[in-house]
Amino acid sequence: MTTILGLYNYWIVIGLMMAGLYVVISRGNLIKKVIGLNVFQTSVILFYVSMGKVKGGTAPILSDEFQVYSNPLPHVLMLTAIVVGVATTAVALALVVRIKEAYDSIEEDEILEQDPTS
Amino acid sequence: MIRLRSLFAAVMLFGIYSLLSAAIFTSLDAVDVAFTEASVGAGISTVLMLGTLSLTQRTEKVPESTIRHWIALGVVLLTGAVLVYASLDMPHFGDPMAPIHQHPVAHEYLVESQDKFHIPNVVTSVLAGYRGYDTFGETTVIFTAGIAVLMLLSHKPGTRPEDVR
Amino acid sequence: MRVHGVQRVGAKILIPYILLFALYVQFHGDFGPGGGFQAGVIFAAGIILHSLIFGLRETKRVFPPALIRVLISLGVLLYGGVGVLCMVKGGRFLDYGVLAHDPVHGQHLGILFIELGVGITVSAVMISLFYSFAGRKVP
Repeated sequence: MTTILGLYNYWIVIGLMMAGLYVVISRGNLIKKVIGLNVFQTSVILFYVSMGKVKGGTAPILSDEFQVYSNPLPHVLMLTAIVVGVATTAVALALVVRIKEAYDSIEEDEILEQDPTS
Repeated sequence: MIRLRSLFAAVMLFGIYSLLSAAIFTSLDAVDVAFTEASVGAGISTVLMLGTLSLTQRTEKVPESTIRHWIALGVVLLTGAVLVYASLDMPHFGDPMAPIHQHPVAHEYLVESQDKFHIPNVVTSVLAGYRGYDTFGETTVIFTAGIAVLMLLSHKPGTRPEDVR
Repeated sequence: MRVHGVQRVGAKILIPYILLFALYVQFHGDFGPGGGFQAGVIFAAGIILHSLIFGLRETKRVFPPALIRVLISLGVLLYGGVGVLCMVKGGRFLDYGVLAHDPVHGQHLGILFIELGVGITVSAVMISLFYSFAGRKVP
């Protein structure tokens, strides 16, 4: 029982990660794939942030009223990760727009039919 | 969101999902991360996806065969089972004795940084002071992404791909 | 998009507050949550709201794309410039302690400038992304 109470945050993260992975693998539409990648990324960020939490702690902004703080290191790394993720999403969406103009479709199988060499 | 055919509804649900995850981050004491996720995920990502939707199509095509879904479901369940088995070794949620909190870096950031920086927000002092070089790389990544999108989308529509090939 | 009077008046009241809030978040990153990235994104969100209500042409008149392109590079240059200035003054790259008469004040000054550089670049990139996506003709 304590195992479930202690580990449930990892299982939630694994569930979200697998949902994002399922969207990327099974859907042929390119925009759906980008949405799946973003879901996957948010779950990874949740994983790291939940590892940094200390029971009874507070946000890592130092003040005289609190003694126990959550670990600030995962927060710093995840800040960078979110920003890099949005940069990647923006480039991916620009590529989707160009693919639409070149092949007139954003479904993966129709694109592969038109251009079997790629 | 996974099974919706209407892409517009999927993007809207994605925005709501971002906002909910920002609320979860706040309850996990990660206020800077929550701030960034709310503004970036529910703001910029959703706006860009809506822009892409307006330039492409609104609905997803119904696939002919469903074999792909079953393969994907099998792969996902297998990977999920392996990961759950791996998670049994992880430290418990919120445990103050976890290895991540024992490393001397945590003590350095929370306590020693006050003598060097006098900045109450530890995340800013780590991001800009102790790890300023990483933040420089991150700014360069944003710069590169902006340049890449400008290059990709400055091409006017109406030019046929045969002219380019 | 047909814009009603309520939306126009509401946006006229809100946009200055959004931009001011972005500046507040930028400069109070030391004392509360915030910093360069959040401030840049909020500033861009204010500009996007302006363009949704008043039209892309109006927004491009106030914030011309050429200026935004210059601002993208300016932020990164400011960041690197602070690092090189630290090296010129005798310290290592991005060692802010040598910037002022006192190491603690030097750190404050250095962090202020690099967060400003980050904020400028992030807001300019987000605005130029929006210009690229929204200004494109629908095929």
